[in-house]
This record gives sequence, C-alpha cells and structure tokens, in this order.
Amino acid sequence: MNRKRILLFSLPLLFFGLLVALFLRGLELDPRRVPSPLIGKPAPTFTLPRLHDPAKTFSTAEMKGKVWLLNVWASWCVACRDEQPLLVDFAQRHLVPIVGLDYKDDPRDGKRWLAALGDPYDVIAVDASGRVGIDWGVYGVPETFVIDKHGIIRHKVIGPIQPEILEHRLLPLIRRLQEEPA
Amino acid sequence: MRRAMRIATMLILLLAGLPQAGAVIEIHQFDDPAQEALYDQLTHELRCLVCQNQNLADSHADLAKDLREEIYEMVRAGKGKQQIIDFMVQRYGDFVLYRPPVKPLTLPLWLGPFALLSLALAVYAFIVYRRSRRGAAEALLDAAAREKARRLLGDKEQEHS
Repeated sequence: MNRKRILLFSLPLLFFGLLVALFLRGLELDPRRVPSPLIGKPAPTFTLPRLHDPAKTFSTAEMKGKVWLLNVWASWCVACRDEQPLLVDFAQRHLVPIVGLDYKDDPRDGKRWLAALGDPYDVIAVDASGRVGIDWGVYGVPETFVIDKHGIIRHKVIGPIQPEILEHRLLPLIRRLQEEPA
Repeated sequence: MRRAMRIATMLILLLAGLPQAGAVIEIHQFDDPAQEALYDQLTHELRCLVCQNQNLADSHADLAKDLREEIYEMVRAGKGKQQIIDFMVQRYGDFVLYRPPVKPLTLPLWLGPFALLSLALAVYAFIVYRRSRRGAAEALLDAAAREKARRLLGDKEQEHS
C-alpha cells in the first residue's frame, strides 16, 4: 500500500519533469528557422540583370555542373552587415563560386554598400521586384543556399553565416558535393 | 467663431489620423465577387513568415505585401485555391498554412488533444469506479457497526429493565 502511494505521488513529479524537458528543448529551437521545402529539390531558375553591368544578365543555367552558393543580401539588411566580413574572407579562399542576389534593393545603394564593406561575389544578380526571392522561399535576409552540380539545393542557412557553421557544416558539405560526379 | 474653427481643425486632424489606425489598406479591384472572397480567404489563412503570428492579410511586412500582390495576381489569373496554396507551400513549406494538413508528421497535432482527452476520461472513470466500490464497502462496514451498536445498546437496555 505504501509503495503504491509513493508511486502515485511521484506521478505528477514525473509529469512535471517531462514538461520541463520539453520546455528546455523548446528554448533551444528557433521558430524563425522554418525548414525549407526546397532542400533536395531543383533550384528555381532565373535570369536577372547583373548589378555591375545591367545590360548583361545572369542566368542560373550558367552554373550548371558546378557547386555554388547563392547568397541573398540587400543594402537595407542590417544582419548582412555582420555577415559580410566572413563572406569576403571566405571568397579569398576561392573554394566555391558565390553568386549574390541583391534582393529588393536600389542598385546604387547596393554598389555603395559593396564598396564600403567588400564584394565577395563572383557575380551579382539584381532582384528588384523580389519575385525571384519568393520563388526561392526567401523570408529572412541574409540567406545562403548551397546548390550542387545537378542544380539541386542541398542546404540553406537563414540569417548571417556563423564561423562554426561555415567550417563545420558548409565546408564539409561543399567538399563532398565537389567530389560527386557531374 | 474662433472656437468653431478650432473644433473643425481638430476634427480634420482626427479624421486624417484614422486610416493609419486600421489594418493594412490596399486597394485590389476584382471583377468577380467569388475571386474577391477567395483572395480574402487565402490572405487570412496563410501565415506571414516575417512576423510569424500574423496572417498575410494583417501583416505590414514587406514580404507580406509582395505575397499579397502575388496572390492577387494569381486569383485574377483565375487560379484555384489549391493551386495558390500549392504555390505557397512549395516555397515556404507547411508552415505558411494556419490549417496544417493531415499527414503522418502532423498526426500527433491532430490526434493529440483527443488522445489526452481519452486519457483524462479513463483516469476519471477509474477514480469514480474505485470510489463507488469503496463507498459500498464503507456502507457495509457501517451496517455491521450499527448492528454491533444495536446489540450493545440492546444488552444495556436488558440490564436496565
């Protein structure tokens, strides 16, 4: 009888412990990080004018057979400012082409911003209307996509890339993808 | 006269401030009331990804504005509800839906409340059952005690008489 009672009284305690565990896990999760349904799917194609040479266009078809990064940024985006030094450093290692998508931005502001903070991009496409951003499911600039040789989106980073994420997640992934047959 | 003018100025200022107090005001023309209803329904059922606890209709976020425009154009082009919802889910995932679809991953979400309710009912039934049994046992005990008491009292009564 006594043992049964102890068991009964420890039940709410157990339940409480379970809730605490759930809430602790919930604290670590970031609701802003919505998993992208585009991972594992073909990257949406686009053809847009280039920032530095608006007469010419950039098309995603040009990247076929290459592993590449698409970094969505804008001069109005505060978090992009934090990310830029890391990207500039990374670009100097010439490991992977980085395509910039200047999202809903005035090209003049974009150019001024790059002159001030550095330009890590191999090519920059201008998405003035934000249409391409919608196709790529962009909702929190900066966002960075890793696209493989077959044009499939393999990974997405929402928000500024942190050094640990670059070294431990993006770089190993890029190396692995580069070894895949085209 | 001066007072009347002051009141008039105040009223004008008040009225000028009114539209800002309301929700998002955008003018979208529809030829067909059914299309307008569809647009209303969709913007109320789809979530804004920037301010996550608002739907597209209420959100002032830039992206929400663009998405409303996108939906408006799709509705005008005669696209159906499911087509537009698919367009959104393809890009932003199930998260954009305030009404999540029933699929293996969301089953706990849909069935969880019913499971908890059944569990609560089972516990309740068990407690009620146990109480009723204990109540019967106590009543039995009572009867025995009463019998004993009556006997004792009866004995005393006999002694007195």
